[in-house]
Amino acid sequence: MTFRWPGQTTDTVAIDELTLWAGEHLFVRGASGSGKTTLLNLLAGIHVPTSGQIRLLGTDVATLSPSKRDRFRADHIGVVFQQFNLLPYLSILENVTVSFAFSRRNRGRSSRSADVNATAGRLLRSLNLPDELHSAPVAELSVGQQQRVAVARALVGGPEILIADEPTSALDADNRDRFLDLLFQEVSAQGCTLIFVSHDPQLAGRFDRVIELTESGTAASVST
Amino acid sequence: MSLLRIALKSARSRKTSLFLTILSIAISVALLLGVDVVRKDAKGSFLNTISETDLIVGARSGPTNLLLYSVFHIGNATNNVTWESYEEISAMDEVAWSVPISLGDSHRGFRVMGTTADYFNFYRYGDRKQLTFASGAPFSEVYDTVLGADVARDLGYELGDEIIISHGLVSVDFADHDDKPFTVVGVLDRTGTPVDRTVQVTLSGIEAIHVDWQSGTRSPLTVNAEQALRFDLTPKSITAFMVGLENRALTFRVQRSINDYPAEPMSAIIPGATLAEFWRTISTIEQVLFVLSGIVLIAGLLGMLTTILSTLNERRREIAVLRAIGARPVNIVMLIVLETLMVVVAGCVAGVAILYALLAATRPLVARRFGVDISLSWLDSTQALILGAVIIGATLVSLIPGCIAYRRSIQDGLAIRV
Repeated sequence: MTFRWPGQTTDTVAIDELTLWAGEHLFVRGASGSGKTTLLNLLAGIHVPTSGQIRLLGTDVATLSPSKRDRFRADHIGVVFQQFNLLPYLSILENVTVSFAFSRRNRGRSSRSADVNATAGRLLRSLNLPDELHSAPVAELSVGQQQRVAVARALVGGPEILIADEPTSALDADNRDRFLDLLFQEVSAQGCTLIFVSHDPQLAGRFDRVIELTESGTAASVST
Repeated sequence: MSLLRIALKSARSRKTSLFLTILSIAISVALLLGVDVVRKDAKGSFLNTISETDLIVGARSGPTNLLLYSVFHIGNATNNVTWESYEEISAMDEVAWSVPISLGDSHRGFRVMGTTADYFNFYRYGDRKQLTFASGAPFSEVYDTVLGADVARDLGYELGDEIIISHGLVSVDFADHDDKPFTVVGVLDRTGTPVDRTVQVTLSGIEAIHVDWQSGTRSPLTVNAEQALRFDLTPKSITAFMVGLENRALTFRVQRSINDYPAEPMSAIIPGATLAEFWRTISTIEQVLFVLSGIVLIAGLLGMLTTILSTLNERRREIAVLRAIGARPVNIVMLIVLETLMVVVAGCVAGVAILYALLAATRPLVARRFGVDISLSWLDSTQALILGAVIIGATLVSLIPGCIAYRRSIQDGLAIRV
């Protein structure tokens, strides 16, 4: 599978083959400029590969129309960013439930807002965010707390795949470890496949599998 | 959570800049609608200066000139109409009534108009409204006068006061008819027409004050007020006269026969038609006003565009987050269009509110000062059209930031650029 930006002469991402089993935890290591973000955009169905194919949950996402890919993402994929995950004008709880705005599957599954709020509240509590914070504005939370809200938002719809793009880079070592503990606890509880991107090799030990993206955007398996 | 709620909450987080945008749109909408209201009321008031009068007849001149001096008391007649012609035309079978008017004198800056008591019966303005008396009654004696509302208010006259009429239109001391004062017997209600600024006196009174005058100057032979009454006070000529017909369908025929009158050159005009024609010539002013307020509105919309464009950069993160949870690029465009719609609809509502508050507040003042009755009616179709155009225009304008956001949301994807 390759991806090349229009007008460029080299591939930004070139991966021969990579198979991930459901429930597997993958660590993608790569320096900045190695095409990490592009890979995430490819996995999330924002971009489609220039050649080759990406199959997620048995679906070749490149064959879907752009709007179907967006719906596929809403239904099956959760995303956690490095920072600024939250919408500052929504409360903590609303930031989690906003996930349902574009997902037809999840809206159908728990259409009543009381159910949605209960699910979101439960998830927030299990991520160590007590009830009194749920109606607070985003600005009152620490960065560590904000990242946990982001995990809650990514997981609340019960996605099969969670993509995390350097979610710990803004955290100190203590917070980072606590964040990872909670992340793994929730991901394992949901049986969710985790794709975790980071430049920090220290974290690699916690994952089932580690691959490294090189400057040229090719992937090398480091350990399995 | 629906897209609309997201848009609402997002907009609320930027309320200060959006409030200012709403205000600037509100002001331009109020201005645009205000110009429309004033234009319509001014036009209505102007076109209804005189009604139910089928023809106005004066010495031969252009229709606008005849209209201006006979109805608006602006400018002067080039010539007079002889009393004989007046009587002959009044006697025509088709003529139901006629009222003579005689102009040329003034009282402290207000025009004096000589006429008969019939004037108060037959003159109609607006929607067939008759002249009504705030106090007193029509004149019965030669030296009686009935004042328009503005004259009585500005000069502080009451019933029983005596006034001196000046010869000609400029008050000069030596040209006063000070030997023959007139008594105020009536004050008219406000009409919003030139009647408010007119001093009505009897036609015979006009004749009486001029018996001892010759070609604009006092003759050495003076005749006092008492003695003047013994003269024959039938005028030799009048300035113009108003005619009402038995049958309106005959208007053009009578008009033609007056225009072709063999004894002397005269012009007959149909007041409504001439008023409308005259309005058309001065309506460029209203168009200019309308264009100007349209430009103000465009400036308001451009201000809105600037505000929305400037928020696009700070909203890049927001857009990436929404994309991550499955928002389509089209949803992002909708978010921006929705915000614009909220702003412009709020601006229109606020603008209409400002307009009505202003109209309600200034209404008594405008009625008192200008005699124009501002209508506080619901928005009519033109105004609804203006509002609709504003909303559609704003929505189209919002497609510019919308398209930029669309392109960026495809390029950026899930990359959060700060």
